Amino acid sequence: MIRKLIFARRNGLRWHWTDIVSYAYLVLGVVLMFGPVVWLALSSFKSESGLIEFPPAIFPTSQVEVRVAGFEKPLPLYRVTRPDGSNAVLAQVRRIGIEATMVDPKNPAAVERVPLEAREPVREFTLAWDNYTEPLKQFHFLSYFWNSVFVTAAATLITLVINSMAAYALAIYEFRGRGVVMALVLGTLMIPITVLLVPVYLAVSKLGLVNSLWGVILPGAATPTGVFLLRQYMLTLPRDLIEAARMDRASEWKIYARIVIPLSLPALAVLAIFSVMWRWNEFLWPLVVLNKSEVYTLPVGLSAFQGELQVRWNYVLAMTMVTLLPVTVVFAFLQRFIATGIANTGMK
Amino acid sequence: MARLTLECVSKRYGKIEAVRGVSLDVADGEFVVLVGPSGCGKSTLLRMIAGLEEITTGELRIDDVRANEIGAADRGLAMVFQSYALYPHMTIYRNMAFGLENARMPRDEIARRVERAARMLRLEAYLDRRPGALSGGQRQRAAIGRAIVRDPKAFLFDEPLSNLDAELRVAMRKELSALHAELGRTMIYVTHDQVEAMTLASRIVVLQSGRIEQVGTPLELYNHPANVFVAGFIGSPRMNILETRIAARSESRFTLGLGETAVVIDGQPPSSNEAIQLGVRPEHVRVVAPGAGDFNASVEHCEHLGAHTLIHATVNGRPITALQEGQASARRGERVGLLLRREALHFFGADGEALTGWRGRTR
Repeated sequence: MIRKLIFARRNGLRWHWTDIVSYAYLVLGVVLMFGPVVWLALSSFKSESGLIEFPPAIFPTSQVEVRVAGFEKPLPLYRVTRPDGSNAVLAQVRRIGIEATMVDPKNPAAVERVPLEAREPVREFTLAWDNYTEPLKQFHFLSYFWNSVFVTAAATLITLVINSMAAYALAIYEFRGRGVVMALVLGTLMIPITVLLVPVYLAVSKLGLVNSLWGVILPGAATPTGVFLLRQYMLTLPRDLIEAARMDRASEWKIYARIVIPLSLPALAVLAIFSVMWRWNEFLWPLVVLNKSEVYTLPVGLSAFQGELQVRWNYVLAMTMVTLLPVTVVFAFLQRFIATGIANTGMK
Repeated sequence: MARLTLECVSKRYGKIEAVRGVSLDVADGEFVVLVGPSGCGKSTLLRMIAGLEEITTGELRIDDVRANEIGAADRGLAMVFQSYALYPHMTIYRNMAFGLENARMPRDEIARRVERAARMLRLEAYLDRRPGALSGGQRQRAAIGRAIVRDPKAFLFDEPLSNLDAELRVAMRKELSALHAELGRTMIYVTHDQVEAMTLASRIVVLQSGRIEQVGTPLELYNHPANVFVAGFIGSPRMNILETRIAARSESRFTLGLGETAVVIDGQPPSSNEAIQLGVRPEHVRVVAPGAGDFNASVEHCEHLGAHTLIHATVNGRPITALQEGQASARRGERVGLLLRREALHFFGADGEALTGWRGRTR
């Protein structure tokens, strides 16, 4: 079954050149899209020294260390080739110039001097969980995480409610100037955020929302993209349904809540996914509004690891992984809605 | 119980006039069918009655109360849509109950009504299903059920059968007819299918380009069409309309010229005008031996319907069809005589209006 899936071909018999091209293209796509994520995931488990190692290793490995009787600290293990051609695994006591002083861990009394080029570190696969646990302990990373969750959830909820109401009005009602209103809404897409930054900041600060999560949530709650997306979808809903509901004495609220919203679920799911991704990754606006580390969201918190003097790359990578996880989960659950249309509308 | 009155009702979309001054009185319990070709304004008229379109000018009265300004929900009418318009995300039960819930009816009363309607429409087994899991006919019945439970003053049907296949359409036609007899409610039904109109209606309203052409019982329209349009629209196969001229007239008979041939008819001509359109239904044209009929025609082709045979022929290049009982055999190019049944002839003036002055016609 899996074999059949992996080696699926156009006619099921021979390899056609289009099969090969398709596979090559798809593999390239996977590498381009997924490669950086895999590299990120693997690197997030590397130790700080493992990250700056050259040549870089794919898997997170570190040198094996052993405790040897008579030495306080654990000693790193090396595979040594002696001048006579024999091999041995020795622990390094110290390094002086181009030579290292080494001992046999089983026989600590015998000390050997080995030239540096004659030894090679013994590596093993280790996961540096510290990268994950340390920032959670040292920094307010958990509170960044919850701030982000709160901002994302609240903003997505508000976005869905406000945008779907606007879309309902612009899709279901026919009134003079409907097109103009829609054009105005879409027109705001043309204004870059950098232009809006200062005026919106002034408004937010006058409202006393600086350093408040609501200051991040509210300004972006109504998105032209969302209104447009939902409206276009609602336009495809059969008008007969709305009229049937009107004949059924349904109030406008009821038509909105009981008929239009349930039927627009696929579009709402798409907007929810977009909104979650935008809000979770939003950086510039939170950076402007939030100045205290208690209210930082994850992306702002992550940038705090990049200090002026040093960047804790191992923490940055690990926390980026943490940041990635929730959106991935949300996407995995909601993505099936993207494909489902109104296949079962009950219309002919 | 409802009596609907339309008085000079018009609908204008910008410069286009979809319905022009329609006046109609629908008595309580009547089954009125609005019929006409597509774009004749019949659906618009129905939607104006329903309250889904505004009435530009004129007045709609329901039980002698002006209803122009009453909203669709409050007119007490129920509509069955061509697309059924069942809510796809609700079960059939919830579909039927939705309107009643909105009217804040007690729960047990809702259940009672839905079950009664479901029993009437044989939908009991499907109440828990969604519309998507039902066949076309069942959806149609569910849509009718949604109208029935509300116990409306009148039912409005907008081409309800046009999405069904031919066989189901016949069955549903019968059911609708039985339903009307059982409920005894006023029903207004829109269709473009004259067979549906003929079989269902107690009265038919024929519309064309937003105007009423004729109102009458099915047989009135069939026997006495008011003009060429109604004559052609009602009845299947279509009535033959032949352009003729009065070639000669005497005291007791007149001759209608039909190209090189002529038809001699007893009585006085119905018009002093020369040009007359002669209408005769295919079932009133008999195929006889060449020379034995009013004129000869050459057969173009035959449609064998089993019980009947439809013969398409030409007379001096003009098409004429004849419907014969049984299984007649006529070959292409064969010369036959055609005999027109005198008492079933229709005469129309050049303007298309019926001429009623002919005394030879039996009423």
